[in-house]
Amino acid sequence: MLDEQADPGALNQTGIHQLISPDGHAVVDEELSPFVEDVDDAAILGLYSDMVAIRRIDSEATALQRQGQLALWPPMLGQEASQVGSLRALAVEDFIFPTYRENGVAYLRGASLAGIMSTWRGSANTGWDPHAINLATPQIIIGAQTLHATGYAMGLVLEGKDDVSIAYLGDGATSQGDVHESMVFAASFQAPVIFFCQNNHWAISEPVGLQAHAPIAGRAPGYGIPGMRVDGNDVLAVLAATRWAVARARSGGGPSFIEAVTYRMGAHTTADDPTRYRGVTELEEWGAKDPIARVKALLQSRGLLDADGEAAVTARANAVAAELREGTITMGDPAPMSVFENVYTEEHAILDRQREHYGRYLAGFTPADGTKLEGSLS
Amino acid sequence: MIQEFRLPDLGEGLTESEIVSWHVAVGDTVELNQVIGEVETAKAVVELPSPYAGVVTAIAHEPGTVVEVGVVIIAFEVPGEDAPALGRGKSAAGATSSSAPEAESAAAEAVQQRVPTLVGYGADPESSKRPARRARSFDAPATDAAARTTPSVASAPVVAAPVVAAPEVPAQVQGDRPRSTPPVRKLARDLGIDLFDVTGTGESGVITRGDVLSFSGENDAAALAVPSSSTGASGPQSSDRMKEREVRTPIKGVRKFMAAAMVDSAFTAPHVTEFLSVDVTAGMEFLARLRDSRAFADVKLTPLTLAAKAVCVGIARQPSLNSHWDAANNEIVTMSYVNLGIAAATPRGLVVPNVKDAQDLGLHGLAEEIGQLAVTARAGKTPPADLAGGTFSITNIGVFGIDAGTPILNPGEAGILALGAVRTMPWEHQGGIALRQIMTLSLSFDHRLVDGAQGSRFLADVGAIMADPAMALALS
Repeated sequence: MLDEQADPGALNQTGIHQLISPDGHAVVDEELSPFVEDVDDAAILGLYSDMVAIRRIDSEATALQRQGQLALWPPMLGQEASQVGSLRALAVEDFIFPTYRENGVAYLRGASLAGIMSTWRGSANTGWDPHAINLATPQIIIGAQTLHATGYAMGLVLEGKDDVSIAYLGDGATSQGDVHESMVFAASFQAPVIFFCQNNHWAISEPVGLQAHAPIAGRAPGYGIPGMRVDGNDVLAVLAATRWAVARARSGGGPSFIEAVTYRMGAHTTADDPTRYRGVTELEEWGAKDPIARVKALLQSRGLLDADGEAAVTARANAVAAELREGTITMGDPAPMSVFENVYTEEHAILDRQREHYGRYLAGFTPADGTKLEGSLS
Repeated sequence: MIQEFRLPDLGEGLTESEIVSWHVAVGDTVELNQVIGEVETAKAVVELPSPYAGVVTAIAHEPGTVVEVGVVIIAFEVPGEDAPALGRGKSAAGATSSSAPEAESAAAEAVQQRVPTLVGYGADPESSKRPARRARSFDAPATDAAARTTPSVASAPVVAAPVVAAPEVPAQVQGDRPRSTPPVRKLARDLGIDLFDVTGTGESGVITRGDVLSFSGENDAAALAVPSSSTGASGPQSSDRMKEREVRTPIKGVRKFMAAAMVDSAFTAPHVTEFLSVDVTAGMEFLARLRDSRAFADVKLTPLTLAAKAVCVGIARQPSLNSHWDAANNEIVTMSYVNLGIAAATPRGLVVPNVKDAQDLGLHGLAEEIGQLAVTARAGKTPPADLAGGTFSITNIGVFGIDAGTPILNPGEAGILALGAVRTMPWEHQGGIALRQIMTLSLSFDHRLVDGAQGSRFLADVGAIMADPAMALALS
């Protein structure tokens, strides 16, 4: 019964915008092509290099989790085009509200690799200063970041700025009340916010067809928000679609909704076993639509990716992996008392009391060699 | 330098994993992140990428071993002296390779006491090494603690009574409270042990976790000690010889799950089993006719197929056979659909995948679905969804040449039907004795849900259809 349901994510349905076909041929799209006229060969090579680098981040982090160096890791394998294409359409002033899976976005935005990993190692709540790089802390609560992005965008209007905010969300999040509320508010206040939904086909183990009997992008017009479905494995199409949404927002056009149709080739997290629910042919089917392979084919067909070029791309990815590994395994544990930092900006009586109690508790312990534990008060 | 690799928590709060296979052997050179083996957690089978580039110097556990998180599983010779050791800072299990025996025992101690949690590496145990609890000034009269170690008449009867949340103790008697740490007090409370009865062996008489555990487990420990000490002493039953005569198989996987389910079912639902032998000659002839027809050429028609249909018809007339005892809500749930479980023997043990909405299927559909379930089950690939939500089960013991049995209900279901072998036997037929094909049906039902009359009528209906499939028309 389940397989008889319509699969709104299927790429063969009409209405999905694409600029590079899975076999690496350029496609003209009336709506999207104008947005990437300036993207030259060098720029495409850059996008390719970005995707290879973040795929390497993914494989190295997965290995580090298996080696006991990370507590958890949410793979982004297969979603590189969606992350790279959307991020590269933004200006540095635009504020990003990511989910826990946008670790490629975080890296490209300028977060340090060790910083990104500190969250997954359980050493810090966030690995960067959100205001320094205009990137919010990874949101674990499904869909909550759409409220933050909408609120931020409403603030931008009040301040008279022409920046935009973007909320990353998944197909599963679209079933959350938070997302509904943010879309209502975004439309009501014509907030300059982009809802960038990566439909990766699985909300942990729930297939998208179960909660969306029609394409997810089709919901946006119901809120009065234009929606666009784009091939989420096509970095150029994602870049163009996000530029379309950014242009609307900057020019006072209000919110937009993008459904990037992609596929999570890995597990939900390293604690998940996708073979228990995934269809047997899915990996093969989506492997043929790989986001990196198609750009590589395009570059090669134009003679833009020789052995030296490929070596440079690989070298960058390897350097990223080495830096990531080094930063992770040499990371110190946080001091016990640091748990009280960054909770409130101002004095807070209850927290102060807890801090004092915990300090006294820690002071009750003395290591055998007589030294005090790091962070104890007395 | 030698670098050891300890089994990490591979999936948020797991305490152990099974080594499935090693892809490397001692002496092999491995690269960083090269897959060196496979490990099965309670959640998934995952590949282990090598944490070092180097040469494998030791493999500590063979495939098939269940290893606790934090235990060394493999070691490498890594070039260079300053290769960073992979550790988790102060976390006990991740203790990096310092002086080996000490680290080993510290890890072992931690491992013993690690408690599974929903998320994370499991609660760290109270370490008895460091940090040690510092002496407190108000505890100065050490004689208090010593005096308390003498069993007193007054405290003895309290042993069995679990100590409930400790009430606020007035300041002046605080010195009387046996000295311990909060986690150990909680442990004692959970075990129903009064700390007044426990002798503290820690610094200044502090009661440690070990003290509480040994107090609670004195009898158990004594019992456990006996066989291990006697194996050496009682010559003829040497462990080697016993090994030849007994095979010890770890209880795990499907077997463990099945065992728990069967025990749960057998001792929760009051089982009643009834038997009925029927002349199924006409039914078998009917199946033979269908097998020859083109419509059924692509499926396997067996007495099980016919029984599946008969059960669906019977359930429609006696819905209590397709109900569920929902103790949590104090309700009986009667289903209008039949998810028909088919017990299947697989290499890994018994599984009971079910045909969803079997009531809507005809004979062809049933044959098709049952055939698919069987193939998937034998391949060991039955997805959890196929195992969940069953409402009634059939077990086909006839394929083993067995006539009848007293099947145990699949947990949560109200009935299970066992099909016996079809035998050619002398039987009463049209007033005389003839050789007929006879099958015995065994029906177990949950007497909380199904009255004797309902169960009996159901079994009679199923028997009638097996004997004469046309009865399905009359009964449905």
